[in-house]
Amino acid sequence: MSATATVTGTTAPTRAVVPSEIRRTGYLLIGIAALAALLAVLVPSGDSRIRISTSADALQIPIFAVPGKVTAIVLTLVVVGLAAYGFRLTQRGTRVPVWVVATAGALAFVVLLLLLSAGKDQVVPITGLLAGTLLLGTPLVFGALSGVVCERVGIVNIAIEGQLLAGAFAAAVVASMAGNAYVGLIAAPVAGLAVGALLAFFSIRYQVNQIIVGVVLNVLVVGITSFLFSTVLSDNPNLNSRLGLPVLPIPLLSEIPVVGPVLFRQNLLVYLMFAIVIALQILIFRSRWGLRLRSVGEHPKAADTVGIDVNRTRWRNTLLGGAIAGLGGAFFTVASGLAFGKDMTAGNGFIALAAMILGRWSPKGAVVAALMFGLSKQLGQFIQQLQAPIPPQFLLMLPYVVTILAVAGFAGRVRAPAAEGVPYEK
Amino acid sequence: MRLELRGITKRFGTFTANDGIDMVVEPGEIHAILGENGAGKSTLMNTLYGLYEPDAGQIVIDGEPVVFSGPGDAMRAGIGMVHQHFMLVPVFTVAENVVLGQEPVGKGLIDLRRARQIVRETSEMLGFAIDPDAKIEDLPVGVQQRVEIVKALSRNAKLLILDEPTAVLTPQETDELIEIMRRLAAAGTSILFITHKLREIRAVSDSITIIRLGKVVGSATPSATESELASLMVGRSVSLGVAKEPAQPREDVLEVRNLVVRDTHGVPVVNDVSFTVASGEILAVAGVQGNGQTELTEAILGIQKPASGSVVLRGESLEGKGVRERLDSGLAYVPEDRSTDGVVGEFSIVENLVLDRIGAAPVSRGGALDMRFLRRNADELVKEFDVRTTSVDRAVGTLSGGNQQKVVLARELSRPLSLLVASQPTRGVDVGSIEFLHDRIVSERDKGAAVVIVSTELDEVLALGDRIAVMCGGELVGIVPGGESRDVLGLMMTGIGPEEARQRAAEHHTLLGEADLEAEAEAGAVLDAPAADAVDAPATESSTTRSATTTSAGEENR
Amino acid sequence: MSTPKEPLGPTPAQDPLEPVEPQSAADDEIGTTATGQPARTPGFGETYLREVLSSSWLLTLLAIVLAVLLGGVLIIATDPAVQEAAGYLFARPSSFFTAAWEAASQAYLALFQGAIYDSQAATFTRAIRPITETLTIATPLILAGLSVGLAFRAGLFNIGGQGQVILGAVLATWIGFGLDLPPVVHLVLALIGGAVGGAFWAAIAGVLKARTGAHEVIVTIMLNNVAAYLVLWVVTTQIFAGGTSGTSKPVGENARLPALLPEPFRLHLGFVLALVLAAVVWWLMERSTLGFKLRAVGSNARAARTAGISVGAMTVLAMAIAGGLAGLAGASQVLGTEGYLTASVAGTIGFDAITVALLGRSKPLGTVLAGLLFGALAAGGRLMQTRTGTPLDLVLVLQSFIVLFIAAPPLVRTIWRLPKPGARREKPSPTSTTPVTAGADA
Repeated sequence: MSATATVTGTTAPTRAVVPSEIRRTGYLLIGIAALAALLAVLVPSGDSRIRISTSADALQIPIFAVPGKVTAIVLTLVVVGLAAYGFRLTQRGTRVPVWVVATAGALAFVVLLLLLSAGKDQVVPITGLLAGTLLLGTPLVFGALSGVVCERVGIVNIAIEGQLLAGAFAAAVVASMAGNAYVGLIAAPVAGLAVGALLAFFSIRYQVNQIIVGVVLNVLVVGITSFLFSTVLSDNPNLNSRLGLPVLPIPLLSEIPVVGPVLFRQNLLVYLMFAIVIALQILIFRSRWGLRLRSVGEHPKAADTVGIDVNRTRWRNTLLGGAIAGLGGAFFTVASGLAFGKDMTAGNGFIALAAMILGRWSPKGAVVAALMFGLSKQLGQFIQQLQAPIPPQFLLMLPYVVTILAVAGFAGRVRAPAAEGVPYEK
Repeated sequence: MRLELRGITKRFGTFTANDGIDMVVEPGEIHAILGENGAGKSTLMNTLYGLYEPDAGQIVIDGEPVVFSGPGDAMRAGIGMVHQHFMLVPVFTVAENVVLGQEPVGKGLIDLRRARQIVRETSEMLGFAIDPDAKIEDLPVGVQQRVEIVKALSRNAKLLILDEPTAVLTPQETDELIEIMRRLAAAGTSILFITHKLREIRAVSDSITIIRLGKVVGSATPSATESELASLMVGRSVSLGVAKEPAQPREDVLEVRNLVVRDTHGVPVVNDVSFTVASGEILAVAGVQGNGQTELTEAILGIQKPASGSVVLRGESLEGKGVRERLDSGLAYVPEDRSTDGVVGEFSIVENLVLDRIGAAPVSRGGALDMRFLRRNADELVKEFDVRTTSVDRAVGTLSGGNQQKVVLARELSRPLSLLVASQPTRGVDVGSIEFLHDRIVSERDKGAAVVIVSTELDEVLALGDRIAVMCGGELVGIVPGGESRDVLGLMMTGIGPEEARQRAAEHHTLLGEADLEAEAEAGAVLDAPAADAVDAPATESSTTRSATTTSAGEENR
Repeated sequence: MSTPKEPLGPTPAQDPLEPVEPQSAADDEIGTTATGQPARTPGFGETYLREVLSSSWLLTLLAIVLAVLLGGVLIIATDPAVQEAAGYLFARPSSFFTAAWEAASQAYLALFQGAIYDSQAATFTRAIRPITETLTIATPLILAGLSVGLAFRAGLFNIGGQGQVILGAVLATWIGFGLDLPPVVHLVLALIGGAVGGAFWAAIAGVLKARTGAHEVIVTIMLNNVAAYLVLWVVTTQIFAGGTSGTSKPVGENARLPALLPEPFRLHLGFVLALVLAAVVWWLMERSTLGFKLRAVGSNARAARTAGISVGAMTVLAMAIAGGLAGLAGASQVLGTEGYLTASVAGTIGFDAITVALLGRSKPLGTVLAGLLFGALAAGGRLMQTRTGTPLDLVLVLQSFIVLFIAAPPLVRTIWRLPKPGARREKPSPTSTTPVTAGADA
């Protein structure tokens, strides 16, 4: 600070003592390492059979076996190394990079996978699992990004679930009417935007509590889409046909082992997701739009006094957020090649909300958290096939338990936009 | 810029906040608007800044009538405003705050280099330096205020509104601000300076407009005396001091020993503070807001856990005791911010008057509330403390600040107490209630309570304190006798020990310090005259120059 | 989702932004800001009769009418006969309107018949069965609605009713078939079990909120999902699994809530229990010391803390009591209506309860009435679906529209062209701004 020496008042806090939030991340890392070590000890002897290539790959890598125990121990050592590195950072008061925590967590998961697959005939399709993770994570990413945009501008968006569902419905119906799955990608954001408009209408125009509006809008969308499903769609089945977006492999890139099939052999919706994530991450923090968006969410009166129309900014971005979630809803129907079904989003919107919070209201973080949920879902499904001794319900619970621990633990006191949920009145 | 307001009227429902306000600000003039809390100053400024639309009247800039539909219009017309509560986004950097709303853009993104340049150029012009990349929340309030000024000027403000700018500053910082104001005025910028502090108005302004109950009641020049200004502002003569007997301290009641409180980052916000307060005396704690006073009082109440040290009440350590037990052992506590900490706004007066006595007889019996007691208690206290309300069932949030504070004080004094800790007991309170509240506090002292008053208003510290403790940066700089000079206290508020402060103060008086000396000289001549006047008489006839243009006669006779 | 850290505008005392009344002459005091409004005299002595007559009840009625009209539009728009008639709307407009009226009125008639009294029924028993079904369905809605409302007034948003209902049902079932006890004792114990199950589940969120600041909305949503998988697993376990897959062993006779009417009616003592608990909750919130503290924390936690009330303890207690009520809703389902546990025991009770509490303005009497209304909609919806083919989902649409309109009184007033509220209404809509105020306009 080059502020003049004569000015006194509050002494700026010296950063000598490590903030509790950073310290907690350190403990979390140690916890992950301990868990990995425990799991590694339990890995039975025998091989895990791993498949990397997919049938569509030009370069085929044959299925190979790894010794479960040894691999688990090696991976655990890597986790311990990462944890030690991260912990040292926290001791110096430095924030641990997200990738350290994410990698440590992911490797611990792999150790769990080895624990369950070692000595069994079942093949572990690594690439398939990762592709599945991305796929299951897609609607969560869209939902979480919607949450980021809305909450950054000061509007709590509990209606993500409803926006996803409305998007799924509109995508299926409009695509069916047009006979073209791509048309669904246009209809979905429009439907999400409509739900966003209702959210804005009640929470900005009438200043109704935003959590209440969100909860009720979710019920409303379930009600209307189910009603239409039971009437119009069941009378006219051709309005709800199964259309799928074709996979568009990107030449060359899609041939890279593992990474190629996972990232570059996807449909248009997934590519759109990549683009939106990157665009939001840059624009929210670096552009004029982003600065104004955040100022309205942090200190609306300050924004007002420099001539920014607070409520108009909120309106526009709540609509934008709704549209993003609506687009994500297309995943459930046209991007998955499925017809619309009652309440088919099944709580994904709420998980997206959790992903946004775990991701600390940033697009980057939201994506990491959403993919973590995707991964644990994917593994839960996979482990079910392995006939593990654990009841499958417990594995399916895992993401929710993780969210509770995460919200209560290392991310418990992260700072939400200051004016979030507070209606603005001059 | 020459600004003229013609008949500005602003109503909220049936309440008229501004009633036909007329005034003129000449180019390069420092024009002060003086008025009590609630007189309508802020409403007027918000109207001028485009935040409200006036119901009637005209704003005329350089001869052209203008209409503002938002602050953006006001800014484009050359009006800048530094709000009392800074309009800065705490998590943004200085540069981001300064350019917000008029961002320089290059390649689709904000041009941060240009933004930093704007900050540097503007602050250099004003004669100070600010790091453009510092986060607002890390900066002291004094610097934040400068960021606000830079922000306004970088938008080419030709008229700068400063709303209660000195509330957060030490006298020395105030001097620096006045220096900046003069520099700006000399360069042709007009300045509208809003305050309720008489002393600084006389030190800095070229002309003064006084507002009461939404109307212009007069204008004056800085040569008007303080008591003239005060009676115009309040509408009757007021005694500027508190009539109190010298303290008669008896045994020590509160002892704070080597108290350390740390914030969530582990930084000490109260650092090794020790003092004692005796029965029958008032210790006033002075200091700029945010120097550990809040945490000190909260540690005494028990909602802040001290890292080390102890608080002893009547010889008994309070360590490990919860808020409930401390209140029960004779502590009465008036929090700094009554609306967030003192009352439950949605609760009725009845309920608020027992808020911290709940759970024990006579308020509760067998897990149930004794409704008859609650009502009787409220009726009695409302009468005793003169809470102006139509009903005891009214929600406290609908009462005026002064009446809310009376509710808080009535509740705290209705329990047997040996120690009263009151923070900012009269903040945002009208003058009539201030006198009443001060009298009550003094009478508690005289009844034998030990009293700790925390105030950022030096006027209040000087009026109430039998001894004055000064805090800076979480440390107790020193304890001096009541009646110490403003300059010495001001220097102590910057962390300079009492001896050195006295030495330096003798060498150099601040503008306000000089005003104090003048006021003392005047006091003998003026003070006894208005005291004899009838309460409602507009004591303005004798005042100097333009104060004869008072428009308050009709209003007074209603 | 966080509470505002600083007031965004000046407080009324400094600068009256709210439309306010001038002070009366007697109230006049120099320098005092005019914030005087006509007194809100009733306060503690406020009777429910007064409330019924006050304008908010009119608004509620108008909101319901609006929702029904919108629902009618939905019915008409999707009715095949109407669509056909719309084809020659200009040739024969009357047949379009006839078809439209037919579709909507038939659906709503069936809804009414299914909810109150079925005039088309063959026997008297069948004719009056609908009203008893309404009461039966309303029972868990009232209990869970009281849960959400109580939490609201303590400043907590309990979205976790679903999970709490499930846990209550699981524990009540387990005690119900696992123990062999004399009548009354067994029932009481099973009910207590249900309350404890729900209280435990909700207290998790309460403790996490109090200890770490984790937002109860997120935690309760996650706990709902965990509970949903938990009950899926529970019904497959050795201990619980009954004859048919997916259901538990039946609850013992002594643990059943006795029927209030002979067969074939399903109405049971749980309904009376719900009414009694509504009265208890009223006393708790309005007259007890604990309720005072809960409301104080809900309305202004900082002031409550300064006044020596433990905010953390109140948060945990509020969640636990709320969870207990929701758990009783689950217990009432397994001990009364169903007799055994299934994975879908909670249905959508937990979510419906939110709308019930909002409609009932978080007050016990309001909650009972709202529970009855939604119970009637659900019961009637079933008959509507079988008789006219209008899907049961219409009820969800009606529910959400009602609550949206309730939450935005100015909207309802605009639509009905009602005058703006005069000085009589001194506070903004009870459901606006914060969940705290949602419950705290006592």
